[in-house]
Amino acid sequence: MTYQFNFDPVFRDFDKMLWGLGLGLYLAAIGLLIGCVIGLLVAYGRQSRITPLRWALWVYVETIRNCPILLLIFFVYFGLPEMGIYFLDKTESFILTLSIYAGAYLSEVFRSGLTSIPVRYVEAAKAIGLRPWQRQRYVVLPVMFRITLPALSNNLISLFKDTSLAAAIAIPELTFMTRQINANTFRVMESWLTASVLYLVTCYGIAWFLRRVERRYAVIR
Amino acid sequence: MAQAEPLLRAIDVHKKFGDVEVLKGIDIDVHKGEVLAIIGSSGSGKTTFLRCINLLEEFHQGEIQVDGERIGYTAGTHKRLGEAAIAAQRARIGMVFQSFNLFPHMTAEQNVTLGLVKVQGRKKEEAVEIARRWLDRVGLTERRDHYPYQLSGGQQQRVAIARAVAMEPKLVLFDEVTSALDPELVAEVLAVVQDLAKSGMTMLIVSHEMSFVRAVSTRVVFMEQGRIAEQGPPEELFTQPKSERLAAFIGRFAGRAH
Repeated sequence: MTYQFNFDPVFRDFDKMLWGLGLGLYLAAIGLLIGCVIGLLVAYGRQSRITPLRWALWVYVETIRNCPILLLIFFVYFGLPEMGIYFLDKTESFILTLSIYAGAYLSEVFRSGLTSIPVRYVEAAKAIGLRPWQRQRYVVLPVMFRITLPALSNNLISLFKDTSLAAAIAIPELTFMTRQINANTFRVMESWLTASVLYLVTCYGIAWFLRRVERRYAVIR
Repeated sequence: MAQAEPLLRAIDVHKKFGDVEVLKGIDIDVHKGEVLAIIGSSGSGKTTFLRCINLLEEFHQGEIQVDGERIGYTAGTHKRLGEAAIAAQRARIGMVFQSFNLFPHMTAEQNVTLGLVKVQGRKKEEAVEIARRWLDRVGLTERRDHYPYQLSGGQQQRVAIARAVAMEPKLVLFDEVTSALDPELVAEVLAVVQDLAKSGMTMLIVSHEMSFVRAVSTRVVFMEQGRIAEQGPPEELFTQPKSERLAAFIGRFAGRAH
């Protein structure tokens, strides 16, 4: 007996899938943005002379990196209200989790980026009389951003794929929508095949675009 | 003859790397308009001394003054000044490095304007005008929108020179500025340095290019093991070295063709 593909019932809800895809991209972009801010602060903080701060940040990074993200999602969504933090709706809760998660990974990216900046650029910045924060603002950060661009691209794609876990707390992104369509139409293969292709095309598109950006901003040392 | 106040004065400057003392008391006065060349074998402390002047290296004893202002440390207690004060002092001293050190994410012109805008607080248009004038002076008008990786070593070094002198520093430090260059690119950089020297700029030049040193400097200092071993006008030093070590040092370079 051969399986008869019938995509029609799935395609009838294709707009829902696209909407879910858009939500996933939005969640990933916000997560990356806030994650970058957290990651930068943590990367600088871990260079601090204040030992307790360095320790605290180490604990943060290692905890996050060694916990499954699904667990973090549940912890924030179900756990925080138990502790009296109610003001987050489920999307905010997920964005918070994703940002904290991305922040830990990105802090490692930025940390290695900061240490890989050749001292001679900083010395040149000192020699023309730039003050410490100006050296960071005009020399160190722009160079580091360019050096870490490939790693940032990979992180964005990872984060986008991780947004499918938001389905676990019923956020209507692509995976959640697909599960609904699957349940409504009973077209199991068609639903998940379509979702897979959407994920694949999107991830590949992002990667292609970011590689162009990388080429544009590459620092050739 | 009554001498004017020196532009640069070093008094008994000592510097240690760990337990090793690399500067063992440097005393020198450099006057406005002088082109002082510092020669010596590697490890003699010449680059270290240069880097102490704009505080890229810390020194542990003695003092350095630029235009009468004590550099880097408080009088008496030898406590390091705050970063803002040090930055302001560095802004008045130009430096050109062995490996150019151009900011890799900026064009030639942006490399020159950064300090003019962010340190000197000039308007962007004014800074661009100054940058173009200097890039023109070093022969790079056509290359002002190029990034460092699109330039040859010699061109990069000329941009670096423009970046340093555009700030109109009181003195400019040249740290082995041709050592990282391919031989065929050395001449173009030396020509620029020579051009600036003729214009009356006060310079300290650490170099291994002996024929260049001889041609461009008004005074030569021979350093050895962290001390100034001998100094004088270039002709005198190169033709009648007093110490055997200097004679041997010059002899090693005599055979070299440039």
